[in-house]
Amino acid sequence: MCLGVPAQVVELKEGGRIAVVDFGGGVLREVDASFTPVKVGDYVVVHAGTIIATVDPEEAVESIRTWNEIISMLKAEDPGEPGGQGA
Amino acid sequence: MPALERIAKLYRGDEMARKVVDAIHAVARRIAEREGRDSLVKIMDFCGTHEWTITHFGLRSLMPSNVELVAGPGCPVCITPAYYVDVAIRLAMDGVKVFTYGDAYRLPGSARRGAGIRTLAEAKARGGDVEVVYSMLDAVRRARESGKESVFLAVGFETTTPATASPVVQGKIPVNMTIINVHRLTPPIARYVFENVPGIPLRGVIAPGHVSTITGAKAWRFIPEEYGIPTVVAGFEPLDVLLAILEILKQIFEGKPRLVNEYTRTVTWDGNLGAQRLMAECCDVVEAAWRGIGFVPDSGLVFKDKYRRVDALKQYGIPELTPEEWSYDLPPGCRCADVTLGKAKPTDCPMFMRACTPANPYGPCMVSMEGTCSVWARFGGAGLAEEIARDIGLEP
Ligand code: SF4
Repeated sequence: MCLGVPAQVVELKEGGRIAVVDFGGGVLREVDASFTPVKVGDYVVVHAGTIIATVDPEEAVESIRTWNEIISMLKAEDPGEPGGQGA
Repeated sequence: MPALERIAKLYRGDEMARKVVDAIHAVARRIAEREGRDSLVKIMDFCGTHEWTITHFGLRSLMPSNVELVAGPGCPVCITPAYYVDVAIRLAMDGVKVFTYGDAYRLPGSARRGAGIRTLAEAKARGGDVEVVYSMLDAVRRARESGKESVFLAVGFETTTPATASPVVQGKIPVNMTIINVHRLTPPIARYVFENVPGIPLRGVIAPGHVSTITGAKAWRFIPEEYGIPTVVAGFEPLDVLLAILEILKQIFEGKPRLVNEYTRTVTWDGNLGAQRLMAECCDVVEAAWRGIGFVPDSGLVFKDKYRRVDALKQYGIPELTPEEWSYDLPPGCRCADVTLGKAKPTDCPMFMRACTPANPYGPCMVSMEGTCSVWARFGGAGLAEEIARDIGLEP
């Protein structure tokens, strides 16, 4: 029920209340865009025929970078890791 | 859509996943060194789709021995009281057209197997007019096209509620259509678990990503603040869940429980304000029943009086379920509520994969795609299959 499927907005209708989205592979669908402001080209999450959120592809990359740093820091702190600083 | 494919690739990459699993083991070992033999970290997910990710990708088999992943109340169909299913079945048999999401089509009401009509699917087989729809938008369109007296069985958590609220508030529900509103809210049931389920010292929470797109990450702040439990809002790729587990372990080790949003590409701190406004405009928050569990404070939504025209219960003179009227509403022997509250695993139920299978479900947790029993039954791969086999005594 809470499944969300990523898609891209290809067209807006009825003053932006309805969006045509592309689920990939040419699968297009009209969905409710009335409560999530979107533009054509935006990546979105679609749930039960409504757009519930937008997806920020740059943030996805940035977030992985940050986690990589966190993991490196953890490794440096770990006394069990070779090269760790010891407890 | 290259950008979406890139994200999928990034979050399913083996190399990064391996690194995170190694880090999980390293931190878990340090926790075990400090806590000794009895060290156990139970982490609960609150979303059927997280449980799907964990089970489908076999993440349990990658966990250190002192880390246990437990499924919590993440399935709205599973906790929809039998009462409302019965109401929908009765209306369908009285000639009203009933729209439902596919997930609730085979959801049993209170009738016993072989005694009366149990599900909307059975109602349809006996001549009732039941139609499965993909969305509220489709239900509205089909009701208008058919011109027939229609009812929509609206189930779901915060993720789904705005879909119902939107056409109601916009005045787009056709005159021949009403709605059975069984929407439920997730933070109150999380609180219920912490307050009322003894014996599971939960030490981490993976908060539901798609619910949080609507509520905002901020909805979960009370968990670390009031209960001292590390909490991470996570996405649904295997890497998202692994990162959430790592962050929880790190917080336990550091002794600093807080709320972290791992799913920043989609979830904001404040959430979807448009959706929140719609829900507040459309509905009042009330104490509401959860199947097999009972009434939970501030956990349900009812239409505000100004929208009584679309309220099926009011239009048909059907009373709301009250705490006085509510009685235990799971099929006899079904442990769905215990599974939902993290008190039992599906394999603890003697009917699992015997009298209750995805093809012939007995209890609600086997019906919905997101029910824990259904997820375990369909995707019991990578270690889980053996665990299930052992638990139900199938192993040689
Ligand atoms: S296996 Fe079936 S009967 Fe047992 S708890 Fe799950 S849904 Fe209920």
